[in-house]
Amino acid sequence: MQTLTQRLANPTRFMALSATLLPWLSVIAGLLIAVGLYMAFAAPPDYQQGHSAKIMYVHVPSAWLAMFGYLHVAGSSFGYLVFRHPLADVSAKTAAPIGALFTLLCLVTGSLWGKPMWGAFWAWDPRLTSVLILFFLYLGLIALRSSIEDESLAASLTAVLAVVGIVILPIIRFSVDWNSIHQQPSVSRLGSPAIHASLLAPLLVMAVGMSVLFIALHLKAMRNEVLRRRVKALRLAEVQAAGGLMQQPAE
Amino acid sequence: MDLGPYAGFILAAYAIVALALSAFVVWLVFDGRRQQRLIDELEARGVRRRSIRKTDGG
Repeated sequence: MQTLTQRLANPTRFMALSATLLPWLSVIAGLLIAVGLYMAFAAPPDYQQGHSAKIMYVHVPSAWLAMFGYLHVAGSSFGYLVFRHPLADVSAKTAAPIGALFTLLCLVTGSLWGKPMWGAFWAWDPRLTSVLILFFLYLGLIALRSSIEDESLAASLTAVLAVVGIVILPIIRFSVDWNSIHQQPSVSRLGSPAIHASLLAPLLVMAVGMSVLFIALHLKAMRNEVLRRRVKALRLAEVQAAGGLMQQPAE
Repeated sequence: MDLGPYAGFILAAYAIVALALSAFVVWLVFDGRRQQRLIDELEARGVRRRSIRKTDGG
């Protein structure tokens, strides 16, 4: 008897299910982000940072999704290494560029927030540097995969690198404790959040909206990758059929 | 709405996020259409995947 994961891991079932889910996820993401943006701009200014704290509503969800994206890449890669299922590889391959995009957005928005608050766009601070390393790790995974022609070998090698690279996540998480100018976690700290409810509510709505957007982007990218592999399989079948026809007269 | 002296930084951050995410969505949609068109063209030429040929008895 097949488990739920095995049933969902069937590419044909995945394409049918994702086709149903994708429009709903897109609408939910759009609505949540629209509401979140309204709440963000209606929120009162921070008592210390004034309105510049509004950058938080795009910076913090981008940072969370940069890390969530890598967790997803590493988890899918681990799944591929253990079960050798092609859909796990499709998931890892397509999550990497999305994670890289959110990491870049985290760095850019953080830089735009840093200039008015710290007086500099960039500092070689433990938190900033470790997130930059995460961005390079994403680029490394994308580059490694695209540099190897054999798809199975590329999948295995990038999966190993992705699993080993997960060490960057605790480094990023605890880097604020290492003489960092970056502020401590405000939302996820033990006890109660160190952020007023009027600022926390829009942040959580934006975070959920952008997370749903991440899932929708990932599903769409996975669908495209499944189609790309079908194109490759069809072209191979066409070449093999042509080769068979050419051999027939000689038989 | 008055965003104070750092309005440029705030608006730039939101604009970059909006532009980057919109561009990525557009690229995903066009890429999906392109892959589907390639599949349609190959299938119109009579090319079938082995799994489908087996199902058809071919």
